Amino acid sequence: MTSFYHTPFPARFRGVWAWLLTLDHKRIALLYLGAVMFWFIIAIVLGFLVRMELMTPGRTIMGAETYNAAFTLHGVIMIFLFVIPAMPAIFGNFLLPIQIGTDDVFFPKLNLLSWYLYMLGGVLAIVSLFADGPPDTGWTFYVPFSVSTQTNVGLTVTAAFTLGLSSMLTGLNFITTVHRMRVPGMGWLQIPLFTWSLYATAWVQLLATPVLSITLLLVVFERVFGTGLFDPARGGDPVLYQHLFWMYSHPAVYIMILPGMGVISEIIPVFSRKSIFGYKAIVGSSLGIATAGSLVWAHHMFTSGMSDVAVFVFSFLTFIVAIPSAIKVFSWVSTMYKGSILMTPPLFFALCFIYLFSVGGLTGLVLGSAGTNIQVHDTHFVVAHFHFVMFGGTGFSFFAALHFWWPKIFGRMYDFKRAYLSALLIVTGFMLHYVPMFILGLQGMPRRYHDYLEQFAPGNLFAGLGALIMVPGLFLMVINLMMSLKQPVDAPADPWGGTTLEWSVPSPPPLHNFIERPSPGEYPYDFSRVGTP
Amino acid sequence: MGSHQDTVGARIGMWLFLYTEIMLFGGLFVLYGAYYRIHAVEFIGTGQELDMVLGCVNTVILLVSSFFVAASVTAVRRNSTKGAMAFLAGAVLLGGLFLLNKYFEWGHKFHLGIYPGSPGLGESPPGRIVFYGLYFTITGLHAFHIVMGMVLLIVCIAMTGLGRIQKERFLLLENCGLYWHLVDLIWIFIFPLFYLIL
Repeated sequence: MTSFYHTPFPARFRGVWAWLLTLDHKRIALLYLGAVMFWFIIAIVLGFLVRMELMTPGRTIMGAETYNAAFTLHGVIMIFLFVIPAMPAIFGNFLLPIQIGTDDVFFPKLNLLSWYLYMLGGVLAIVSLFADGPPDTGWTFYVPFSVSTQTNVGLTVTAAFTLGLSSMLTGLNFITTVHRMRVPGMGWLQIPLFTWSLYATAWVQLLATPVLSITLLLVVFERVFGTGLFDPARGGDPVLYQHLFWMYSHPAVYIMILPGMGVISEIIPVFSRKSIFGYKAIVGSSLGIATAGSLVWAHHMFTSGMSDVAVFVFSFLTFIVAIPSAIKVFSWVSTMYKGSILMTPPLFFALCFIYLFSVGGLTGLVLGSAGTNIQVHDTHFVVAHFHFVMFGGTGFSFFAALHFWWPKIFGRMYDFKRAYLSALLIVTGFMLHYVPMFILGLQGMPRRYHDYLEQFAPGNLFAGLGALIMVPGLFLMVINLMMSLKQPVDAPADPWGGTTLEWSVPSPPPLHNFIERPSPGEYPYDFSRVGTP
Repeated sequence: MGSHQDTVGARIGMWLFLYTEIMLFGGLFVLYGAYYRIHAVEFIGTGQELDMVLGCVNTVILLVSSFFVAASVTAVRRNSTKGAMAFLAGAVLLGGLFLLNKYFEWGHKFHLGIYPGSPGLGESPPGRIVFYGLYFTITGLHAFHIVMGMVLLIVCIAMTGLGRIQKERFLLLENCGLYWHLVDLIWIFIFPLFYLIL
């Protein structure tokens, strides 16, 4: 059976056009993979430079303006060009149709359009660097600074707008696909958990992104026409900008983490050789996180000025989100209990995820309760919490997904030893990098400052050393995966002994995914259907 | 890849897209609500500067155009290509008329020195500046949607003429019609907020 690499779709295109004009969801996923990894590496380097600057007090390697631009770009690129699109656009595109037993997404042309919008957003982001200086507002584009600064924020905001549109259209596509294209016989409770998490994510993408779009559009209007909607001198209210911004951007962190949770829900049962504990609870908690997570935005604004009642309500709702998240963590751990665990690189990354995500989630409660929030607001504590959730959570689940589905996507196994070594370097560096930031935050070191007091020097030095261990680990991981591409295609259809439909097709899959209509089982995690690997 | 025969799915996709449009304007309506609460007196005073008659005329124009679009779908169902094209052309013309009215309305305000960032407006009380800021942003964005809707309807006219939209196949027309109805519906909310209740 020839794989999709050898059968372009539409069939009339050859060479590079077979990629640039393809309507095959698998090829589009790979287009995303290339573009997302490009941005990921750039953002790693920027983050690394920021940390090197902070390694010693005073000027280390760059001045204050460069520093402002570097952390802004690190944030904008990581959020809008890596974390949000990585899971849905790469793995969602590749796997969602296969997991529900169909041949493509519902709107293949819209899918390709989303990729072009993503690329356009990326190009705009690059252009904004060189026209009138790189943006220096931080990724949140808070007014009034984003309206008054001389750097080219307008273009960066337009880039974020375009990327939002791309993400929204992907969500629209996935919802329609899940509703209309499941293979006959697959009911809602036979859908694999990764697809379920993408479905919940897609709703958040669809309903929250337009609010960001309009907010960013208003920033552009402010800058171009001077409408004054957020200018207190002209009757506007800057705090309303923050409300609108977080109305999207808080749900957006669930866009970032939910698919990661889906990945972990796939990996843990496979390597525990045991059916997932609490399938329905995990499905319900995905939907619960998507719903509750959309109602907690103002917990970013406890110090911005709002009524005590509002603070109380938002703080309470924030605590509510912890419940479905904890349900997932307990379900994963319970799945492993008395399972026959087979250690592999994807499982290793998944275990790191559970630990790091739990730390990130628990410190989120420190930030979510109004009293402690005032103490650590806008300090390095927030930076550490955010990176534990987004990097330790989404980042590690992305690495886990890469190692889990790499044989399926490329048909090749990678070197396990180097994979373990890279994972070990990343996680060791990670702890050394971010744990000191919790302490720095509690001591009162603010985020986003170019310089700091002498007393914060040891913590920042440790964080810098952590980066020096972590970044080589990241590069080793990428290089190790790339090296596998030199080998011949050798991975079996089901190298891990998985039960979901993607493991029933050849690696890499053929153009239409299935040779004959697949028959989904009663239950997607029934390990009596497959033998041991 | 036979999904394109699935008209229900394609319609679901369109509805999902319409939700995003509602959320987009929803953000602006939230701003309106918040600023109305802060500047109620100035909002009411400034709202009376708008021409209610012109607003009413534009509302009627859009409602009739929506009827035309709905009628064109019925015409296609009854196999009347010419009727469908005529109805669609009528809807496009009404859309143009709406924009013309808007042009005169905006032009008059510009003539009085009222536009975003204008020096004349800058001396007004804060509530008046915010009111006009919202007025130009919301009606401007809505007018942009009218233009997009007109483009879609023109595409539908062409497709009907080419026989690509016909009795058995009118999904494109239905979806474009849905979009036009939504743009109409959003105006139904904008009209009272700016012209009627103040």
